[in-house]
Amino acid sequence: MSSDSSDPLLNPSRRHALKCLAFGGGTLFVLSGGVLTPFSLHASETDSLKTSGKPLFVQITDSHIGFKKEANPDVAGTLRRTIDLVNAMPARPSMAIHTGDITHLSKPEEFDLAGQLLSGLQIPELHTVPGEHDVTDGTGTEYFRRYGKNSDNRGYYSFDHSGVHFVALVNVMQFKPNGLGNLGDEQIEWLERDLKGRPSSMPIVVFTHMPLWTIYAPWGWGTGDSGAALSYLKRFGSVTVLNGHIHQIVSKVEGNITFHTARSTAYPQPAAGEGEGPGPLTVPRDRLASMLGMTRVDIVAHPQRTVLHDTALA
Amino acid sequence: MTTILRLPKLLTGLALIATLLTVTPALLAQNAAVVSIKHFMFEPMSLTVHPGTNVTWKNFDGEPHLVVSADGLFRSPALDQGDTFSYRFNKPGTYSIFCSIHPNMRATIVVR
Repeated sequence: MSSDSSDPLLNPSRRHALKCLAFGGGTLFVLSGGVLTPFSLHASETDSLKTSGKPLFVQITDSHIGFKKEANPDVAGTLRRTIDLVNAMPARPSMAIHTGDITHLSKPEEFDLAGQLLSGLQIPELHTVPGEHDVTDGTGTEYFRRYGKNSDNRGYYSFDHSGVHFVALVNVMQFKPNGLGNLGDEQIEWLERDLKGRPSSMPIVVFTHMPLWTIYAPWGWGTGDSGAALSYLKRFGSVTVLNGHIHQIVSKVEGNITFHTARSTAYPQPAAGEGEGPGPLTVPRDRLASMLGMTRVDIVAHPQRTVLHDTALA
Repeated sequence: MTTILRLPKLLTGLALIATLLTVTPALLAQNAAVVSIKHFMFEPMSLTVHPGTNVTWKNFDGEPHLVVSADGLFRSPALDQGDTFSYRFNKPGTYSIFCSIHPNMRATIVVR
């Protein structure tokens, strides 16, 4: 008798039975060669979840459709390339978010073209928030005409997706003399009500255009009244705050809160303080693609949290 | 002979033109003023004008800017490079201005 057939792990039918048991997790004691050996069925499942996770959504930001200056004369083209990159993902998530500055000057034709391009995303769900470039008329008429429905034209809203609670905030419509983003009391009070009673084990993803933490105040890279909002989020086990606006990746982890800004799909901006202001940064043509891109967010189990993957166009 | 006699008339004429050239800009300044938007700044950052002055903002930056009054009195369209926007300040007071795309860009217009 060969030793193979007596070993339950090598015997195909026994292996199949063991695999089925693995879904419940736990430990199986296996009699092998007369010796009782503990065999953890849980390990391989959770290891793969820990390392790769499951794609939850992608974040695209600052497409600035309508921009046509030296830093990137073809922002529609680079948005298209970003969308192609998303569509080519082997495991595509079922949701995408755009964190604002969809257009460059809030013009109807810019929103038209942006909408056309974004419809090329092979992802069924798209959620947006406005950037300051999307609401240059003060009331955001064009933005809300196209994207205001799910928030009754308030701009802020929340929804659940795959067991994660998503919160969309607007911080570009009530600027104060400090020159930073501003949420306003009404929105902060809504956020408190929205989060109340939710289990702290539920992962939260907050997305808004301007950074919710202060990266560089002299250039307006921050939100003046985010303190109260962040205090309501502190009790949750996993909070991910995603922003755009600064056209580069800056990240910070504070307790259970991960803050992250994404690359623009249109053009880069200088690092904080390295230039006269937060405007388009012209780089050598062959470097541009490496400074543009999007972020994929995966959900990982045990403990439940998000994992962020930034991908550049080149 | 005749050339020497004409000289005083010529000098008077020149003096008159010179006076007009110095006086006229001052007269214009009472009714119009220009603010340049350059390098993410309003120049000058503080401007004092008389009531009735028409202030014109001109954007020299490659990045668009907007001219917005903090009290909601006026709001320019998005100004691309070379674009201008004007507003006539009739009432005395202190007006706070900012750019709504880059809200840390601030300026003050004092009308008195």
